[in-house]
Amino acid sequence: MATGSAQRADTLMSQGPPASGKTLWQRVWAARWSYLFMLPNLILAAMFTFYPTVMSWYFSFLDWSGFTSDKEWIGLENFREIINDSYFWDAYQRSFLFMIVAVPIQVVLALVVALVLNDSSYKLGPFFRTVFFLPVVTSSAIIGIVMSFVFSPFNGPANKILLDTSLIDRPVDFLGDPDTALWTIAGVWIWKWFGITMIYWLAALQVVPRDLYEAARIDGAGRLALHKDITLPMVFPFAIVIVLITIVGSLNVFGLVQTMTGGGPFFASEVMEVYIYRNAFGESGIPRLGYASAAALFFGITVLGLSLLQGWGLKKANDARSQMKQS
Amino acid sequence: MAFRTISQSAQAHGPTDAKSWWKSLTGKGRLRAVITTAILLPIGFGWIYPFLWMVSAGFKTTDEIFSGLGLWPSDPQPRNFTRAWTDARIGEYFLNTVIVTVGSMLIVLVTVSMMGYVLGRYQFPGKKAVIVAFAVTVFLPEGYTIIPIFELVNRLGLANSLAGVTLALAGGAHVVMVLLFAGYFAQLPKELEEAAVVDGAGFFRVFWEIMLPLAKPIVATTIILQFMHSWNAFLVPLVLTLSRPDLRTLAVGIYAFRGEYFTDWSGMAAAATISLAPIVIVFLFLQRYFVEGVAGAVKT
Repeated sequence: MATGSAQRADTLMSQGPPASGKTLWQRVWAARWSYLFMLPNLILAAMFTFYPTVMSWYFSFLDWSGFTSDKEWIGLENFREIINDSYFWDAYQRSFLFMIVAVPIQVVLALVVALVLNDSSYKLGPFFRTVFFLPVVTSSAIIGIVMSFVFSPFNGPANKILLDTSLIDRPVDFLGDPDTALWTIAGVWIWKWFGITMIYWLAALQVVPRDLYEAARIDGAGRLALHKDITLPMVFPFAIVIVLITIVGSLNVFGLVQTMTGGGPFFASEVMEVYIYRNAFGESGIPRLGYASAAALFFGITVLGLSLLQGWGLKKANDARSQMKQS
Repeated sequence: MAFRTISQSAQAHGPTDAKSWWKSLTGKGRLRAVITTAILLPIGFGWIYPFLWMVSAGFKTTDEIFSGLGLWPSDPQPRNFTRAWTDARIGEYFLNTVIVTVGSMLIVLVTVSMMGYVLGRYQFPGKKAVIVAFAVTVFLPEGYTIIPIFELVNRLGLANSLAGVTLALAGGAHVVMVLLFAGYFAQLPKELEEAAVVDGAGFFRVFWEIMLPLAKPIVATTIILQFMHSWNAFLVPLVLTLSRPDLRTLAVGIYAFRGEYFTDWSGMAAAATISLAPIVIVFLFLQRYFVEGVAGAVKT
């Protein structure tokens, strides 16, 4: 998650002289308060981070409705069923399609806006930063509901603006048409989370020393050349991190999708999380917690792969940053 | 910290008030500022239009919402809000949301600051292992663990209770927050504790009365991040209140409300306005902490 998480962890570990001449037990006893202080957060982490990770493996081998305590061990049966479930693969592909389309748009647009707002001579920058960040702090579920009105074919404001300006001649059923539903949600997702990616870029841009700009400007370099030759190479290590954080974010879209379309129409916007929810807690049919866990695990492993890639990116970024500091 | 904070950097250079700023610009600089503003202003207006539309729809009759794009209601209907508050039980949901949000904020603040304190200032056997285990959690996929969380809360006997929702919202490793605290505490001078210990203060009192009050910026950032997380949560409260409609939070309640009264646009808009107002207001006043908290993910 953080370029520096690892780096800061390193410095934390290397502090202070090693306590020598005491037995391990004496050192543990001397530090009893430290252990006590860590305990509450360790318990929360164990309960809601470590335990769920382990248990989702176990559940995925069970036939279990969740209502009764009847759990039957069925081995790999759930996975066999998933592999043959076309709804699963559709949802799986849809999640990736959403990611491949939405993430690049968001990352690039956010960089452009961040470059404009990072200019310290532009005094309205903080004002526009607030404007673009505003949707980030709001609840996805509420935004989804409001947007289902905004994009309504029955006199929703989006249709009205398009009709008034004659861009369309009859209302578009943005969320009710299988061809447009997922992309309308993607558009709302970009709008909703744009501000967070912009802030990541602004944080990254703080590494570029301002003197460099001044110097280059005195040399008569144009603004585009400035960004191409100075800014982009310097923030590139962060680009990997920002892209990967945004990718993981694009897989957490339950609130928006569930409230805007519920995965419909005809499953046209059913992404992985909605598929899992429908199988585990859905209003229709018998809940299948074991089966849904298997689907979640299957997808989770994919996400884990991406996260490991992120870890690799972090390391690269860190190395680059420490090199930059030395030079 | 190796970075300037974003909010500092905005103010670090140049004159501060608008007039002297304008004077300080050269002709070319002025033209740039004007063009940039001319482009950003309409985009910015479009950006927040959905919010303006929502607030205005909350004050209109449903007929008026259908009839035009104008934002100013011709005959403001504050009764939309009272109807949403009582008939649609938004008042009840509001209270539930406040309880789980405040509860989880307190839990997280205490647990995270305590752990950050000892990691930042003390050496002890096993410290390395703890840090490594925590660093690993960053790579565990979140959001696909709702089923075990549901099962765990059930087994604790907290199913269908606000305590269960509060605990689940407070749960997790909170790596970024712990590291923010650890980094902050690590750079405070050693003499602080030494003087207090001489005065006879115990470990807990040193932390609670001396160190924690010094960490106000991180306390604020933690509170804001957790506020955002809990107030806006949807999947966890949805799943944990499936059979207890009276315990719904705002996000879940409004979602259910739309299912029942989907023709009442003005009531919906009023309800949505009520639920977004607190966090938007807090954001506008304390945006520095929102921004620093979010940026913490890239730069801690």
